[in-house]
Amino acid sequence: MSGHRIVGTKVPKLDAWDKATGAARYGHDVSLPGMLHGKILRSPHPHARIKRIDVRRAEALPGVHCVLTADRVRVGKLGFLGDHPVLKGDKVRCVRDEVAAVAATSEAAAEEACALIRVEYEPLPAVFDPLEAMQPEAPRIHENAPDNLVPHRYEFRHGDAERAIAGSAHVVQGTYRTQFMTHCCLEPCFALAAFDPAGRLTMTSSTQVPYLMQSHLSRALGIHGKDVRVLQPTIGGAFGSKLDTHPYEVLAALLARHSGRPVRILYTREEEFVCAPTRQPMIIRMATGCDREGRLTGRVCEAILDNGAYTSWGATTPHIMLVGISSLYKLEHVSFRATCVYTNNPWSGAFRGYGNPQGTFANEQQMDELARKAGIDPVEFRIRNANDPNSTTPQGFRVTTCALKECLDTAATRVGWREPKRPNEGVGIAGMFHVGGGGRVYKSDACGVIAKLDDFAHLTLLTGATEIGTGSDTAMAMLAAEELGLPLGNVSVINNDTDAAPWDVGIHASRTTFIAGNATLGAVREIRRKLLPWAAKELGCSEDAVELHDGSAWRRDDPARSAPIEKLVRTAHFREQGEMFVGQCFYDPPNQFQDPKMRGNVSATYSFAAHAVRVRVDPETGKVKILKFVAAHDIGKVINRLGLEGQIEGAIAQGIGYALTEQLRIDGGRVGNASFLDYKMLNAADLPEDVEIHFIESADPAGPYGAKGVSEAGLIPTAAAIGNAIRDATGVRLHRLPMSPESVLAAIRAGEQEALDSELEVTGPLTRSGT
Amino acid sequence: MSGEARRSADGGRRTGRKTGAARRAGSGRRPSTVDRRPPTPADRAPAWQITLSVNGDPYRVSVRPNRTLLDVLREELGLTGTKRGCDQGECGACTVHLDGRTVNACLVLAIDADGSEVTTIEGLARRGELHPLQRAFVEEGAIQCGYCTPGMILQAAALLRQNPSPTSAQIRTGMAGNLCRCTGYAKIVKAIGKAAEVMKGQRKGRAS
Ligand code: FES
Ligand code: FES
Repeated sequence: MSGHRIVGTKVPKLDAWDKATGAARYGHDVSLPGMLHGKILRSPHPHARIKRIDVRRAEALPGVHCVLTADRVRVGKLGFLGDHPVLKGDKVRCVRDEVAAVAATSEAAAEEACALIRVEYEPLPAVFDPLEAMQPEAPRIHENAPDNLVPHRYEFRHGDAERAIAGSAHVVQGTYRTQFMTHCCLEPCFALAAFDPAGRLTMTSSTQVPYLMQSHLSRALGIHGKDVRVLQPTIGGAFGSKLDTHPYEVLAALLARHSGRPVRILYTREEEFVCAPTRQPMIIRMATGCDREGRLTGRVCEAILDNGAYTSWGATTPHIMLVGISSLYKLEHVSFRATCVYTNNPWSGAFRGYGNPQGTFANEQQMDELARKAGIDPVEFRIRNANDPNSTTPQGFRVTTCALKECLDTAATRVGWREPKRPNEGVGIAGMFHVGGGGRVYKSDACGVIAKLDDFAHLTLLTGATEIGTGSDTAMAMLAAEELGLPLGNVSVINNDTDAAPWDVGIHASRTTFIAGNATLGAVREIRRKLLPWAAKELGCSEDAVELHDGSAWRRDDPARSAPIEKLVRTAHFREQGEMFVGQCFYDPPNQFQDPKMRGNVSATYSFAAHAVRVRVDPETGKVKILKFVAAHDIGKVINRLGLEGQIEGAIAQGIGYALTEQLRIDGGRVGNASFLDYKMLNAADLPEDVEIHFIESADPAGPYGAKGVSEAGLIPTAAAIGNAIRDATGVRLHRLPMSPESVLAAIRAGEQEALDSELEVTGPLTRSGT
Repeated sequence: MSGEARRSADGGRRTGRKTGAARRAGSGRRPSTVDRRPPTPADRAPAWQITLSVNGDPYRVSVRPNRTLLDVLREELGLTGTKRGCDQGECGACTVHLDGRTVNACLVLAIDADGSEVTTIEGLARRGELHPLQRAFVEEGAIQCGYCTPGMILQAAALLRQNPSPTSAQIRTGMAGNLCRCTGYAKIVKAIGKAAEVMKGQRKGRAS
């Protein structure tokens, strides 16, 4: 499609000016008159019984208004399975557990009061390794989970994968381990809660799920949902970390209720490292086979996830992890099982990619190894197995548009796949498959938009779709401006108030441009329908002959005849029996909630990509230097090129960090590197200069102007592509993230032994009884 | 280990006189909520009077000796454009100009800034006209969540003052002390390069 005036161009984000001048108001910038400061006392023990809590000295401290412990409040539980008490009363299960909360007139006083609370603990035996936690003699973390297994099963079978693998010409199997990674949002968490005299709560929050938060808070606090209003200020990063409602948010509300004053809780950076949820570490055992021609025969995968002490929404990551494992390539036989295991580690949550980066680290390294075994070039091997447009995958995904082959081809060509390599240089490639048309992980995948055009032709989009920095607001405004022929400057988006904006399920699964974009189109097309008769009348032509662009309605057959849209609106307003121009749309995509057997078309369309990378590995230090990075993405259609590039570039940076440096070091349940000094997030000098991004426009019929979701895709194949390049450069394959210099060096030193060891780790076939 | 390397790649900005003093006074780091240490009596110490010129406006503030310049800017003066990302001198979100040099405001004790001139993000635009760096950050898409942006822009301004035509490698090194989780830095580097060009053009225009 061509001829767009706004869609497909490079446009600054709507909020960029405010952010560049310091005018944007983030949560940390908001305060209220009479506001108190909240602080949380946390457990120093990973597992202990609470015997006694003495708060008397804390309460006596000047400035302290309120001290809460579990026995003083009635509060419901949080989390996907409701296994997470907001304040821990009988026992603590990890070091970040909330034991008491204080509200005081200053942060320092609240801090000091926390230090004056005496808690007597009886330490209990703890378990930190999910495999150990599954042993019968392991300490029990939750009374109702005697085996320490999260009571939610993930199993998928299609065909007979074990037999298919047994009959394969080539088989690769291995065990892959991934690490704790943390979001590092630059803005630490905050919550600001205030009750009005009638008992209605206003929660200012950087949540990604404002409407779900209403019901989470209503359940936890025992108040009706109508009495919860959620306001969102500018959000300083989220990446999945705010898909859950967290104990500190409920605590802010409880402190506000008990003190009768607004209460704000700000995390320190250290709390952010220790207390924000992580990407769950996984142990992934996988086997994949192919026939003599290099066609995949079957795949078996078993994953064990370290759930930590409580179950967040992150425990549903196996759903999205499986999409890449089952559906990136054509596979007839797949078997998958994922088990989430309670440990006394800090609990893990949702993080950009939602399990798919972990799964893809395993399956795209296996593809590489299998290509080598079959003696086929890894790019050719992938193209031979790549999904085709208009196909159905084993989980019942209906792949409509699919440019995976083009992505692989572009990435390989641009990285110089066949070009000569210097010593210690290697190239690697990895593909990725992800939801691109929403992801029905809740029963709803919908978004509401109300659009209103005023008599100065200013268009306001009211929507629940949250902007967390990705530029989704801007994409919505562009779609609306294009559709109504308005300059982009005429459009604003209001999406920070559950009282004002219509419902949205939340920002996750790369869904917002696709879902909220479609909802936007639905709403503004209604306005367009209402506007055209007025334009036709004004221009003296039929509605079909009217074009809208540059803020005016034009007669197609006579470009000299036009009427400003604002004038049309005023004409309709200022008359008897006038009309207003409001449109609305509740867009719920044509996708399905998966059945218990993990089948169902979870997304309305799917995104594909390939990343190719050229690295040099220093044989003396094990350090991996990225010389060139190429990303080719099937994004359906470019809406805002600037925003799209930014999403991919940012995700690649996180993916390189995931691959090479980032690891929350948790030892005995305690975070050992709770600062930017010790947790290596990459800076500008660390990242490669030579990063190329290519977009392949497959024009998806379900997407707004053909667009698909993209925000997670750039992270997903990155670690596998780098792992494959390291294998190419050194001859050794790493099975563990991050691929730090120490581990690369150790692998080089151990030589092929490493590869042999990991094969040995999989004892016997990967069968159902294998865990 | 790698963290240390990052630190020294930062053009030595954190070793300045004020930041060193703040470190020793132990005020930059807030008391831990996780691993609890005994409270400090600093918050009950008597307040001091200091004067500051911030973005050209004179201020007289009374501060306790453990308060940082960042605390004063954000909480006393209401200049919330300067961000608190770590309060430990590790992220650069609080970067401001203090007597012409960049500092992490979270590491500078307010009483040590007595009598100083401070420029924050709010003071960069002149008469409603965006600074070329602000404009370039907007136009090049160098802003996503935007939380790192004020610190990035002030650090970049100092960088361009020192080196008006940096290579992109020099930009990357010069910006290594400012963390961004969203952008992957590519557009930030590009924006700074573009602003450098614009500013060179402006200087030429003024000279002729
Ligand atoms: S807030 Fe000062 S460096 Fe992070
Ligand atoms: S834009 Fe979000 S941290 Fe830089």
